[in-house]
Amino acid sequence: MNAIRSLGAWVINGIVGWGRAGLFLSHSLTAIFFVLRRFRLVIQQLFSVGVLTLVIVLVSGLFVGMVLALQGYNTLVDFGAESQLGLVVALTLTRELGPVLTALLFAGRAGSALTAEIGLMKATEQLAAMEMMAVDPIERVVAPRFLAGFLSMPLLAVMFTLVGVVGGHLVGVGLLGVDSGVYWSSMQEGVDAREDILNGVIKSLVFGFVVTWIAVFEGYDAMPTSEGVSRATTRTVVGSSLAVLGLDFVLTSLMFE
Amino acid sequence: MVIPRGQVTAIMGPSGCGKSTLLNFMGGRLIPRSGDVIVDGIVVNKSRRRQLYALRKRMGMLFQRSALLTDLSVFENVAFPIREHTELPEPLIDDLVLLKLQLVGLRGTRYHMPAELSGGMGRRVALARAIALDPMMVMYDEPFTGLDPISLGVIVKLIRQVNDALGMTSIVVTHDVREGCSIADYIYLIGGGNVIGQGTPEEMQNSDSPQVQQFMNGLPDGPVPYHYPAPDYVSELFGEEPK
Repeated sequence: MNAIRSLGAWVINGIVGWGRAGLFLSHSLTAIFFVLRRFRLVIQQLFSVGVLTLVIVLVSGLFVGMVLALQGYNTLVDFGAESQLGLVVALTLTRELGPVLTALLFAGRAGSALTAEIGLMKATEQLAAMEMMAVDPIERVVAPRFLAGFLSMPLLAVMFTLVGVVGGHLVGVGLLGVDSGVYWSSMQEGVDAREDILNGVIKSLVFGFVVTWIAVFEGYDAMPTSEGVSRATTRTVVGSSLAVLGLDFVLTSLMFE
Repeated sequence: MVIPRGQVTAIMGPSGCGKSTLLNFMGGRLIPRSGDVIVDGIVVNKSRRRQLYALRKRMGMLFQRSALLTDLSVFENVAFPIREHTELPEPLIDDLVLLKLQLVGLRGTRYHMPAELSGGMGRRVALARAIALDPMMVMYDEPFTGLDPISLGVIVKLIRQVNDALGMTSIVVTHDVREGCSIADYIYLIGGGNVIGQGTPEEMQNSDSPQVQQFMNGLPDGPVPYHYPAPDYVSELFGEEPK
C-alpha cells in the first residue's frame, strides 16, 4: 500500500515539477523582450557565463583534438589511410564532440554557478526583496542569464572545435608526420558546411537552451537553505548532462540518416 | 485588523504564529485562502500583476536578513529601485541616494560592499533602500532580531524618525515586547491564527487576558503550554508503545 502511495506521490511530484518548469520557461521567454531593451545586463552575464568558461573549453578542446589525432592515426595507418586524419578529426569534432563536450563542460562550469548564484539570492531573500521593490526577478535576474547561456553555448562549441582541429594538427603533423597540406585538404573535401557544421551549431543551440533552462530553473526553484542550494546544484549538473547525452542521440538520429 | 495611516503599528506574537505571513499578504507575495487584504483601497489579493507592481512601488519592506544585493555596492543598492523605476539623471540620483544614506547615518559607507557591513549597518542600508522612492508605507520584518544594544537603539530611533519625518505608515512585525512597546502607537497581538489582543502599549501592559499577559511578561507556562503536545509522560516512560 505504501509502495503504491509513494509511487503515486512520485508521479504527481514529477508532473508538478514539469508544470512549474514549463510556466517558468514561458515567463522567462516573455521576459527576454524586456532584456533586449537593457542589453547591458546580458553583456555582464555573457562575460561571467561565456568568457569565464572559455579557458576550460579551450584547454579541453586542445587535448581532445590531440587525443583524437593519436587514436585516429593508429587505426588509419593500418589501412594506409592516414591521409584522412584531418577529416576524421574534423568530422568527429563538428558533429559530436564539439557540441556535446562543450555542453557537458558548460553544465559543470557555468550551469552549476548559475544555479548556485540564483539559489543563494533566493536563500538570502534578495529575490523577495526585488519583488517587493516591484522589480520582477525573472526579468532582472533570470532572463539575462538565460539569454547569455543560450548565446554563448554555440560560440563556445565553435571555439572548442577550432582548437581541437589545431590540436589534431599539432599531433598528426608535428608528431606523427602526416603532411600538413594533406591534413587540411582532406578536411576541405570532406566537411560539408550545411550537413556537418550547421547541424553541429544547431545541436549546440539546443544544448545551450536546455542546459541554461535547467540551471536557472533549479536555482529559482531551490529550497532556500544551504542544503537546498547544494542539492539544486547537483541536480543541475546531473540533469543537464543526462539531457545533453539523451538529446544528442535523438538529434543525431534525426540529422545524420 | 485595521492599520491606521501615519502611525507605527506593531504586530506582535510568538515565533511561527504567522506574523511574517501577514506581511507577505500585504505585499501580495502570498494569497490568503480566505478574506481580503486592502491597502490604500486596493484589494491586494485580487489585483492583477501590473496593479500589484504599481502598488509595490509605493511600499517599502525591510527584510529580516536585510537582503541587500550582494553584487552591488551600498550606493548602488540604494540607487537600485530609483534606477529601475525612474529615468532620473545621474546627478539627481546621486543626491537622492546620499540624502537617504545621510538619514540612516551611513553616507560614509557608500563605496562599501554589503559583505563589509555589520548586521546593524546592513539593516540601516536596507532601510535607506526601502524608503528610496518615498513610499507611503514601510513594513519591517523582525527589525530588532540579532542586533547589539547600540544598533538596536539606532534602529528603534530610525523607525520612529522615518515614520514621523516622512509621514509614512509603519508596520513593525516583532516578538520583542520592550522595543515593540517603545515605538508602537498601537499593538496587535496575534497567536494561533487570531488576534488575541489589541490596544495601545499601556492598554496591553494592563490587559487582564491571560494570553496577553503571558506574552507581554514572557511567562514560560500559561495558555501557550510549556510542553509540546505528546503522549502521557508516565505511560511512555514505562514502556508502553506510543500511539
